[in-house]
Amino acid sequence: MVSEIIVQLKGVSKYYDDTPALTDVDLYIRKNEFVTLLGPSGCGKTTMLRLIGGFEKPDTGTITFNGQDIGNVPSHKRKVNTVFQRYALFSHLNVFENIAFGLRIKKMKESVIREKVSRMLELVNLQGYEKRDVNSLSGGQQQRVAIARALVNEPDVLLLDEPLAALDLKLRKEMQHELKNMQRQLGITFLFVTHDQEEALSMSDTVVVMKDGEIQQIGTPEMIYNEPVNAFVADFIGESNIVDGIMRQDYLVEFAGNLFECADSGFARDELVDVVIRPEDLALMPPDQAKLKGVVRSVNFLGVHYEMIVEGADGTEWLVHSTLMEPVGTMVGLGLEPMDIHIMKKVRA
Amino acid sequence: MVRWLKRSYIYLIFAFLYLPIAVLMVYSLNDARSRGMWGGFTLRWYVELFQDRTIMNSLYATLIIGVSSALIATVIGTMAAIGIHNTRGVPKKLIMNVTYLPVLNPEIVTAISLMLLFVFSRMRFGYITLLLSHITFNVPYVILSVLPKLRQLNKHLYEAALDLGCTPLQALWKVIIPEIMPGIITGLLLAFTLSIDDFVVSFFTTGSGVSTLSITVYSMARRGINPKINALSTIMFTFVLALLIIVNVRQAREERKERNGRRVPKKDSPYDPRFGSA
Amino acid sequence: MKRLSLTPYVIWMVLFTVVPMLLVLYYAFTVPTEGGTTWSLENFTRFFQPIYLRVFIRSLNLAVISTLICLLLGYPAAMIMAGNAFKRKHVIMLLFVVPMWMNFLLRTYAWLTILERNGFLNSLLTFFSLPRVNILYTNGAVVLGMVYNFLPFMVLPIYSVLSKIDKGVVEAAGDLGANPFQVFIKVILPLSLPGVVSGITMVFMPAMTTFVISRLLGGGQFTLIGNLIEQQFLVVGDWGFGSAISVVMIVVILLSMAVMSFFEGEEKDVALW
Repeated sequence: MVSEIIVQLKGVSKYYDDTPALTDVDLYIRKNEFVTLLGPSGCGKTTMLRLIGGFEKPDTGTITFNGQDIGNVPSHKRKVNTVFQRYALFSHLNVFENIAFGLRIKKMKESVIREKVSRMLELVNLQGYEKRDVNSLSGGQQQRVAIARALVNEPDVLLLDEPLAALDLKLRKEMQHELKNMQRQLGITFLFVTHDQEEALSMSDTVVVMKDGEIQQIGTPEMIYNEPVNAFVADFIGESNIVDGIMRQDYLVEFAGNLFECADSGFARDELVDVVIRPEDLALMPPDQAKLKGVVRSVNFLGVHYEMIVEGADGTEWLVHSTLMEPVGTMVGLGLEPMDIHIMKKVRA
Repeated sequence: MVRWLKRSYIYLIFAFLYLPIAVLMVYSLNDARSRGMWGGFTLRWYVELFQDRTIMNSLYATLIIGVSSALIATVIGTMAAIGIHNTRGVPKKLIMNVTYLPVLNPEIVTAISLMLLFVFSRMRFGYITLLLSHITFNVPYVILSVLPKLRQLNKHLYEAALDLGCTPLQALWKVIIPEIMPGIITGLLLAFTLSIDDFVVSFFTTGSGVSTLSITVYSMARRGINPKINALSTIMFTFVLALLIIVNVRQAREERKERNGRRVPKKDSPYDPRFGSA
Repeated sequence: MKRLSLTPYVIWMVLFTVVPMLLVLYYAFTVPTEGGTTWSLENFTRFFQPIYLRVFIRSLNLAVISTLICLLLGYPAAMIMAGNAFKRKHVIMLLFVVPMWMNFLLRTYAWLTILERNGFLNSLLTFFSLPRVNILYTNGAVVLGMVYNFLPFMVLPIYSVLSKIDKGVVEAAGDLGANPFQVFIKVILPLSLPGVVSGITMVFMPAMTTFVISRLLGGGQFTLIGNLIEQQFLVVGDWGFGSAISVVMIVVILLSMAVMSFFEGEEKDVALW
């Protein structure tokens, strides 16, 4: 399902008092896509959202919307609506008037407003709340009002700035489902900002991983998880073992004092690399059958699996997730397949 | 451009606010009785000011009343705030409403009601009546300064002190009072300045022979302009300015502490604009 | 134990706040007779005589005018100061409140120096060969004095409300299609109403009841209701009538507060009563 591009950023940079918030970012978003900007706080994801929403102007580069440059179009003239971080509901208006705000600005007929608002209330499951004071609503309900208030304007793109951050875990899971359903139902492009990698993986069509104002990787959740392009992405998305290695030749890497076959090629001979191995890819086996050996240092039962730390002969600590376990102090072997060894260019100095 | 317009507007407002004070200050150094012209620089009015028995006596009275009423009001008010904080329901509402009464009543009503009380109880008008009146209108402001600090206090602080072996009185004295000290000091300063600033209540509750600065200025001003008052104004303004800077440095320091996450964001206390309700 | 600390204050409160207010009510509703006193509404009926009503109307008039001027001057000022026209906002706010720390009498007295016949203003006008003006001892001077003294009471509550408005709300309004003017009318203004209400109350109340400004700048020929009360107590000695006027004034102020809080919209607690 490839559709046309709706938002495109080219070479966009943004500085706050000489501190770069975004540097030379290129990104495009397709129609009807659910795109998530993911990264630790201060990585520039919110800045990117605010540039697209029109609350900030880029210092360099262009932002186009349906092919037209919108760098200097103020937010009230963009066909983009935002769900704000702390909702930013109008406390002087009731639920109905909050949702109707954008329609009233457009001077729509009262009957049309009534109809659209009640359809939205239905969509977000808040029928009967029309007259309620927004301050009397729970966090989850306020969240729904904020979403309805933005969606009722039928934007081409909906921007969501960490909209679920203030909700408790259970409510957050529920809202994730509902948001995803809404997006499918309405066929609107969603651009979602979060620092929660699980949220990003479970909801998005495309995930954009950011760090220090730069895009690290763009891809489907599966691609990002299985094929992280560097150690940062690997570490940020799920847990990983990251160790130093040397690429002896194509498909052969040395780390932890052993040579391993791997699936990567194209590095220089004897190039220093990061070797990334997911904890669930390390399999427990008898020590004499494995190249990697170590002593179990700790065992934690996490429900579905055990989390173990195994200390190798050279002192490296390996994080292992397994449904089996060995008691602390046991010598174990750790098996791994060539496919599970991810070789990455060093990014850290 | 818009920004420039905005700034100019504020500067105009400032000019309006500061013009009278500046004029007073300049005229206090003017060696000519007729204000129209500049008669050369002089410190004559300052010398005469300090030789003026009436003004000096009222300055003395103002300071005595200011300091003593502020101190007494702070003690009563702080105790009251702690009491109110631990009271609930109807009694609390009742006390708070009566507390707001002197704050909300027009000054002149407070003044005449106290005057009636003193007449009714056959008290001699003078220092005592003045002091009682000033304490009365000061206490609510102390309470309103201390209460927000109490509300910010960690509920378990008092219990922790008891747990560590304090008696209730020790817990109050060694833990609660130091924690709410910023509020107490603000209340004290507020009470002192309100007392010094007051004219209306003093005017109705003082007796023959006792006159505060405000009253002296009032009676002098009714007889026309007096360069000694200009000198007095200059001195008082400078003094108040110095006091204000001290208070603000103190506040800034405390805010920095708060920003470091030691305290909960402070509640606003919407009573006297001079202490900033923001 | 902690409740015990309330005792001194409760006693003080009853003695010096509650009892005096009851005394005012007592004097307002009684008239002296040969044998003692008797309950009566005479003091109130007297107030509704034309001369006194005229004083009341004049006070109301001047107070309303001053309040309006304060609002018109003050709202934009508060908005600019709450906005980002200045880098060091707290310094600007400090500069704004410093003049208020000057003794109220001295501040009012300062205008005498400026406005009098040979004062600063006329010297300035003469210097530029402009005709002299005589503002002192007119209604204009009284209004000027009120605006000067009470302007900060208008600006500060509005400033405090405006600076607390979540920036996100303003952005949200823009995001939903409102242009800057619409954002102001539909969001900022309604959200700042509580500040406007307390500003109006804080200016109107002292403006309505002052007797110092009218005495010093109005020269005594412009009697306001405050002057009337003062006269009854300190010159005429008719405490009953003075108390009655005070009671009327309290009622007027309570009414205006009630009206204001109605406009402000239901239960938003500004905690005035």
